[in-house]
Amino acid sequence: MTSFLNALPSAVAQGLIWGIMAIGVYITYRLLDVSDLTVDGSFCTGGAVCAVMIVAGYNVWLSMAVAFVVGMATGLVTGLLNTKLGIPPILAGILTQLGLWSVNLAIMDMKANQPLNVNNYKLIVSLRYLQDVVKGDRPFYMYPLLTVGLFTVGIILVLYWFFGTELGASLRATGANSNMARAQGINTNVNKVLGLMISNGLVALSGALLAQYQSFADINMGRGAIVIGLAAVIIGEVLFGKLFRNFGLKLLAVSIGAVIYYVVIQAVISMLDINSNYMKLISAVIVAIFLAVPHLRSKIFSGKGVNVKAGKEKNNVKGQ
Amino acid sequence: MLKVNNIVKVFNPHTVNEKIALNGVDLELKSGDFVTVIGGNGAGKSTLLNCVAGVHHVEQGSIVIDGTDVTKLPEHKRAKFIGRVFQDPMMGTAATMQIEENLALAARRGKMRLLGPGITKKERESYREQLKILDLGLENRMTAKVGLLSGGQRQALTLLMATLQQPKLLLLDEHTAALDPKTAAKVLETTEKIVSKNNLTTLMITHNMRDAIAYGNRLIMMHEGRIVVDVRGEEKKNLTVEQLMGLFSKTSGTEIANDKLLLS
Repeated sequence: MTSFLNALPSAVAQGLIWGIMAIGVYITYRLLDVSDLTVDGSFCTGGAVCAVMIVAGYNVWLSMAVAFVVGMATGLVTGLLNTKLGIPPILAGILTQLGLWSVNLAIMDMKANQPLNVNNYKLIVSLRYLQDVVKGDRPFYMYPLLTVGLFTVGIILVLYWFFGTELGASLRATGANSNMARAQGINTNVNKVLGLMISNGLVALSGALLAQYQSFADINMGRGAIVIGLAAVIIGEVLFGKLFRNFGLKLLAVSIGAVIYYVVIQAVISMLDINSNYMKLISAVIVAIFLAVPHLRSKIFSGKGVNVKAGKEKNNVKGQ
Repeated sequence: MLKVNNIVKVFNPHTVNEKIALNGVDLELKSGDFVTVIGGNGAGKSTLLNCVAGVHHVEQGSIVIDGTDVTKLPEHKRAKFIGRVFQDPMMGTAATMQIEENLALAARRGKMRLLGPGITKKERESYREQLKILDLGLENRMTAKVGLLSGGQRQALTLLMATLQQPKLLLLDEHTAALDPKTAAKVLETTEKIVSKNNLTTLMITHNMRDAIAYGNRLIMMHEGRIVVDVRGEEKKNLTVEQLMGLFSKTSGTEIANDKLLLS
């Protein structure tokens, strides 16, 4: 129990970092109605680009900006595979993800791991800062929970603004009803690609933050990311769906969902003293349970005639 | 306003399921024409509308709207000229978005969508006024999700959306077929009101012969991918359902075997 409590701030910080990725997943899964599997690859791409650039002596902010842009490029690839070559979105994402494995290794100079020692570089977040700030070695504003929290709020504000613009609204319409969108003169293909780009840009940014936080980028760091992202989206909706109607709050719910997910995983591992190799299995089980909740809930409350598909509680309305 | 020149549309070409849906259709609409389209199942009515709207591309022939050749334009680019209401009430609106958001999307049809506000205060006021025309009380529910509305309400809203920005051409694809008779009558009444108020050039498919005669200034009947009957003006006004059925069997060489066409 004490080990769990000691690990709590770290777990929350990691959860917040994953939350940024989950917000990216929300954009594709909920707004565009596409399950984009590029994420598992682009998350690592973001971490790799950022780590390699920082080690090469570039400014950390610049490195993160480039990671974001490269992440958008991965979304562009998936989007073009889907819209220009007619490959179904799930398969397009899998193809990009597969290809990215090699690309990510190439970015890291064919090494599976790129160390990023916090002692040698100026990083924005790091696990180390948790203790440093508590000890007073670093100023309070470097506390990872604060830093990542501010990042999250900033991203939510920008997305809130964007999805309220003409372009953002047309993107939501594309996901909500593409027939209607085209009839209203919206180029649904361009919007799908744009949505995938924004989503994967955020995913890569999240990967860039995690690489700094854990002091390395690793070829496997994105494995299962899509599952964590979906878990965060669903947990957020199951717990806050009734409460949060506003689009910005819905994104916040996703971020909180990621934190809850991460804390629960940590709790299970530390309390039951399970070999951490079982983490993926536990993740899969937790996500399956939360995905099934909307389905089971409607089954229990309405008796027969279940219409809700697992994980398909659609929420697309902005504001109220 | 609309010139359709000898268009041909073939589905599943070179297969056993090959179907010639449109077999050389010529049609010219003058500005302000309100044309009703009737015909049996598979006559090519919906295909004609979908080809004009750009959902399908034609194998042969050309489509010109107000002097612009749109034959090769994709659907979303043609939307600049065209307002549409579909048979399925679910198809014309985004269910998970608000009424006012749907209207704001429609108000920007054919315009560049960049980073300007998706909806402004001024627009909201104007939508409130325009929703009153529908007489459904929607002006008081502008932030409700469209998914909460009934089929009739959604069709009326889609109709308003289609005409919010004056279209060169309004395409109505059996837009009352999925509604109960009372609601259908009301939506048709609204249609007539909006079309005549804005003097819209309109192409309306219907299964109901009486409606086809009652509305519009011209009536065309399709059969096997061709226009087989074309009556207008006084002649159309004086048409009866019996005469129309007579015309149908004469031109197509078959009796009307479709209940929906008879029931009116």
